[in-house]
Amino acid sequence: MAHQGNIHPGEHGAEHATTTGIDHRKLLMWVFLSSDCLFFGSLIATYMVYRGQSLVGPYPVDIIDVPITTISTFVLLCSSFAMVRALAATNEGNQGRIQFWLLMTAFLGAIFIGFQVYEFNLFRSEGLRIDTNLFGSTFFTLTGFHGAHVTLGIVWLVALAWIARKGRLGPRTALDVELAGLYWHFVDIVWIVIFTLVYLIGGFDTGPALPEGTEILHSILPFLG
Amino acid sequence: MATAAETTGVIARPAGQTGLWSWLTTVDHKRIGVLYGTTAFIFLLLGGIEAGVIRLQLAVPDNSLVSPDAFNQMFTMHGTTMIFLVVMPLSASFFNFVIPLAIGARDVAFPRLNAFSYWVFLFGGLLLNASFLTNQAPDAGWFSYANLTEKPFSPNAGLDYWALGLQVLGVSSLAAAFNFIVTIVNMRAPGMSLMRMPLFVWMTLITSILLVLAFPVITVGLIELTLDRNFGTNFFVPEGGGDPIMWQHLFWVFGHPEVYILILPAMGIVSEVLPTFSRKPLFGYPVVVFSGIVIGIMGWAVWSHHMFTVGLGPIAVSVFTITTMLIAVPTGVKIFNWIGTLWGGSIDLKSAMLFSLGFIALFIVGGLSGVSHAVAPSDNQQQDTYYIVAHIHYVLFGGALFGIFAGIYYWFPKLTGKLLHEGIGKAHFWLYFIGMNITFFPMHYLGLNGMPRRIYTYASEFGWDGLNLLASLGYLVLLAGTLAFILNLIVSLRKEKDSGHDPWDAPGLEWSIDSPPPAYNFAQIPQVRGIDHYWIVKREAAANGNPITGPDAPVNPATVHMPSPSYWPLVTAIGVLIMGAGMLIDVGWPYIRFPIPFIGGLITFIGVVAWSNEPATKEGVSCPHCASVTKPTFQFCPYCGLSLEGQHHAQAHHQEG
Repeated sequence: MAHQGNIHPGEHGAEHATTTGIDHRKLLMWVFLSSDCLFFGSLIATYMVYRGQSLVGPYPVDIIDVPITTISTFVLLCSSFAMVRALAATNEGNQGRIQFWLLMTAFLGAIFIGFQVYEFNLFRSEGLRIDTNLFGSTFFTLTGFHGAHVTLGIVWLVALAWIARKGRLGPRTALDVELAGLYWHFVDIVWIVIFTLVYLIGGFDTGPALPEGTEILHSILPFLG
Repeated sequence: MATAAETTGVIARPAGQTGLWSWLTTVDHKRIGVLYGTTAFIFLLLGGIEAGVIRLQLAVPDNSLVSPDAFNQMFTMHGTTMIFLVVMPLSASFFNFVIPLAIGARDVAFPRLNAFSYWVFLFGGLLLNASFLTNQAPDAGWFSYANLTEKPFSPNAGLDYWALGLQVLGVSSLAAAFNFIVTIVNMRAPGMSLMRMPLFVWMTLITSILLVLAFPVITVGLIELTLDRNFGTNFFVPEGGGDPIMWQHLFWVFGHPEVYILILPAMGIVSEVLPTFSRKPLFGYPVVVFSGIVIGIMGWAVWSHHMFTVGLGPIAVSVFTITTMLIAVPTGVKIFNWIGTLWGGSIDLKSAMLFSLGFIALFIVGGLSGVSHAVAPSDNQQQDTYYIVAHIHYVLFGGALFGIFAGIYYWFPKLTGKLLHEGIGKAHFWLYFIGMNITFFPMHYLGLNGMPRRIYTYASEFGWDGLNLLASLGYLVLLAGTLAFILNLIVSLRKEKDSGHDPWDAPGLEWSIDSPPPAYNFAQIPQVRGIDHYWIVKREAAANGNPITGPDAPVNPATVHMPSPSYWPLVTAIGVLIMGAGMLIDVGWPYIRFPIPFIGGLITFIGVVAWSNEPATKEGVSCPHCASVTKPTFQFCPYCGLSLEGQHHAQAHHQEG
């Protein structure tokens, strides 16, 4: 559930009650993330299979802007650092810093989303919509669902900051922040994969003919159908 | 965001143990198991009626009992219902009822998430079947191949019902799978190491892991299908550069693990029933466990055997031929282990045992026809014929459903305190066993004689008349068997409690407590001593001249810390339903009329917020020393042992799932 983020005094006691010593909620989060791996894996697989298969433009090389997305990627990676600081502050019980770093994480995430909104609008104005070609379909589906994950994470972090404002986050409830952190770092890692495949490698793709040097990647295509 | 105090102050927490509200707000795993089982059984009857229409239509050549369109809807909804609304939730019913009892736990890890799973399953099933009300039932088969599913070929909303219904059901399955993985990994009684877990617990764990990893793949496939149909994308449309084969890959990467999701729970049930009624421990327990794990892993490497006729090329076909033949090995190993369990045992042919033996026999038949599909040249002859229909029914009816009925006969006394009638039970078994062979065995011949699956009717000169009529007559025998089971339920539920706590002298933990189990399950969490824990305990007690004759002594329920009922799982699930139904009504490129999905989303959000702010227990006190939440009646914290004096008026906050 999105709103795990609140106080949980039962935490400490519950930890001793489990078979493995791992809290139920932490295990749940890991299992959820394993599931989400397959979700993004399938979206990425669809993107890779349809790479360079668009019949009409605009093609990636026409509109993908690697430098701008590099900046937003950098911002998102910085947010992971802020997330680490937020958890450290929670473990120290430093109320001011908990709020600061939680909101900083959410703020950096929001900047990333702002870049994405800008990029989506730009692409639209340049003629790429979800129904324009396969690149548009796979691009907007993949990055759109990633953006939805980031947005959910921002809501979660803001809710945690709200709880922290009431002074309810501290060493005993650090798991509440840790769970949000696991989710946030996971979403970041997924973005690194997307940025590498869609922007750094796929960003220079042209139309149906594949660019030089990528034949190896596509040699698995007949196997996948 | 409301605090816990405000939330519980605005809307009073549900209370009471009886009546409709107690069922709507229950978080008790045993009650949720009953809800799952009852709902799935009603869907079983519905799917059975759909099968009846199919068999009536095909009973004689050149029949026109139903229209071709209605026929397409029937076989699509029959397959979808039986897989997603019958076999999976019936298995989930056993997960719910049995797992906490079998591992010595008081409930699942996230009781409210468990209630949420059930409600979402119910609503997903209703959403799928609501398509009948608008006469737009899905009609593209249970695996709905592209590009038949694209808008030009399926213009009505049927496939949208199908895609959204399965998405909603996916939410339910994923939530339940998360819950059961955490429960099994984290809530075992002391002494129950992994290699002491009952086989059914093992198979539930593997099934849940498969669910967690397989469902996201179909989720993505369904998203892409929905986008294709409503937003003008071309994921599976060749004109736009898309590839219909991509759908087949996404579907079967999910679909083949799904096959094991359907059969592994039944294998687990049979592995519980056979030792009990052979009076012998399971033969080669570790081998059966590892075979299950190997099946769970290799199940990911065989999906393209559903696609041998697509033209994947010789390398892909050879690889998938080999992996498919290999996966028959661990399955065969299990069958030998079951036979080894029977060997030399003192066999007691109760109804549960008969269904388990029927499972082995019929699953061998289905498994052998499965191996014949693994050989690609032979599969090329069988693809899309009735031979495939015969195979799937031998493994899913003769396999999964027989295993499930074995489980029903086995655990019904634990659930109700009443034995199912043995005479009617045996009649039920023989009607099913004979009826199933009359119905489905001729389909092997029909298929090899060239009868394609899913055809609306056939001409008499094809020579398929006799066997089709025979198959349709077999359906009547199966119908009689189902009626016998319903009669058995009615007769058995009406009588007094007669089973005692341990009618089968069984080895599992669940048999050491009363029937039906008290809300808290175990008065004291047992110390597990071996794979067949209760056998060890009983034999030791008997050897000491002090045999066990009754269940563990009850305790005052007020002293046991149990989760309280809650409205929020139901509210959240209603939100999910409104989102799904709203999208069905509202979606259509280029206009999206937002209100209904938005309202559903809002209800879901409110439900989640209220849920996460609600303590898992109605009243609790926070221990000032270790922050654990405990019952207000306690004088000392059960976690750290320090005094709780002065804390009894404090508002507690506690939350799970």
